[in-house]
Amino acid sequence: MNQMQNFTKGFLKENPILVLVLGTCPTLATTSSTMNGLGMGFATTFVLIGSNVVISMMKNIIPDKVRIPAFIVVIATFVTIVDLVMQAYVPSLYETLGIFIPLIVVNCIVLGRAEAYASKNTVWSSFVDGAGMGLGFTGALGVLGAIREILGSGAIAGFKFIEGDGILVFILAPGAFIALGYLIAIVNRINKA
Amino acid sequence: MQSSLRNMVLSLTLISLGASAGLGFVYEMTKAPIAVTALNKKLDAIKQVVPEFTNNPNDEMFMLPTDEGDSLEVYPAKNGEEVVGYAVRSYTNNGFSGYIGFMVGFTPDGAIYNINVLEHKETPGLGTKMVPDGTPEKPEFKDQFKGKNPAEFQLKVKKDGGQVDAITAATISSRAFCDGVQRAYNAFERGGLK
Repeated sequence: MNQMQNFTKGFLKENPILVLVLGTCPTLATTSSTMNGLGMGFATTFVLIGSNVVISMMKNIIPDKVRIPAFIVVIATFVTIVDLVMQAYVPSLYETLGIFIPLIVVNCIVLGRAEAYASKNTVWSSFVDGAGMGLGFTGALGVLGAIREILGSGAIAGFKFIEGDGILVFILAPGAFIALGYLIAIVNRINKA
Repeated sequence: MQSSLRNMVLSLTLISLGASAGLGFVYEMTKAPIAVTALNKKLDAIKQVVPEFTNNPNDEMFMLPTDEGDSLEVYPAKNGEEVVGYAVRSYTNNGFSGYIGFMVGFTPDGAIYNINVLEHKETPGLGTKMVPDGTPEKPEFKDQFKGKNPAEFQLKVKKDGGQVDAITAATISSRAFCDGVQRAYNAFERGGLK
């Protein structure tokens, strides 16, 4: 597989959320608006790239039996960095994402890419893989956040275009499931075609 | 790579050492900005609930005991030497989704100046209506408290025999709101600030 395919596979063909359906907990919880979704997406992308690069650099010195604890330590380090930096420089976003930032540690996508890809491939391909997967994740969260924000509060990225409330259910948890379900159906249709 | 006790211990130790060194560095770098953001947030909240002041309320913060045995933070706002208001950091655990944090501002005679909801997890579109400030043409839930003195203004929703108009379909959130304001007032009164 060349690097271009490696990069774009995360967008549609192997999209972490819409095809692999990994990491749905933060997806459903943080996509109540476009900005929240994108913020969560970029935070995860940073962790993915960082952990992929470091893990593939260390793949030859990590003994097999302790590879999962080693991966988790690396991932947790990057998550804590994101957590502190967000708290310092984007406090408003940090407040809305709250508990879901520390929870990136247990996001299946991050550990999944470390185990399935970074521990077997070169540093450069791991970087490309992390970036592609991360952007695919971000895109899915952004689109889902936009759909829910447009239908739920009649706004896009914080700018209201209709007066009053939207369809409230889309801001709440059930709306997240409904929107995600339709999005998965559409992407499946595109991938099959 | 083959695992042996020696290389397992060694590699995990090395990785943890590297991780802690990196984190220590980032922590030191972000410590100051985090403290500044937290302080600004607090000062903003105080500014919204008391009349204009010239001092730094955060430096003169003191604690007042509540009826339940814990205590609330009180930030006195002064214009020159004269005290123009007190911001009381109050809370309630009776919200529809638990904890709600408030900053309640009183003028020295005990009347409520304004109330700021600092943190909450209420239902969007229903309980969240407690957050915004209204305008004279379009008042919001919070506006009915402004200028009222809890000594004569019953801080209870009308359903419970009080004088507060509850938010439609969010009676529990409205009750919790009253509870938080009452807690602030009780501490304020017991502290003899009036």
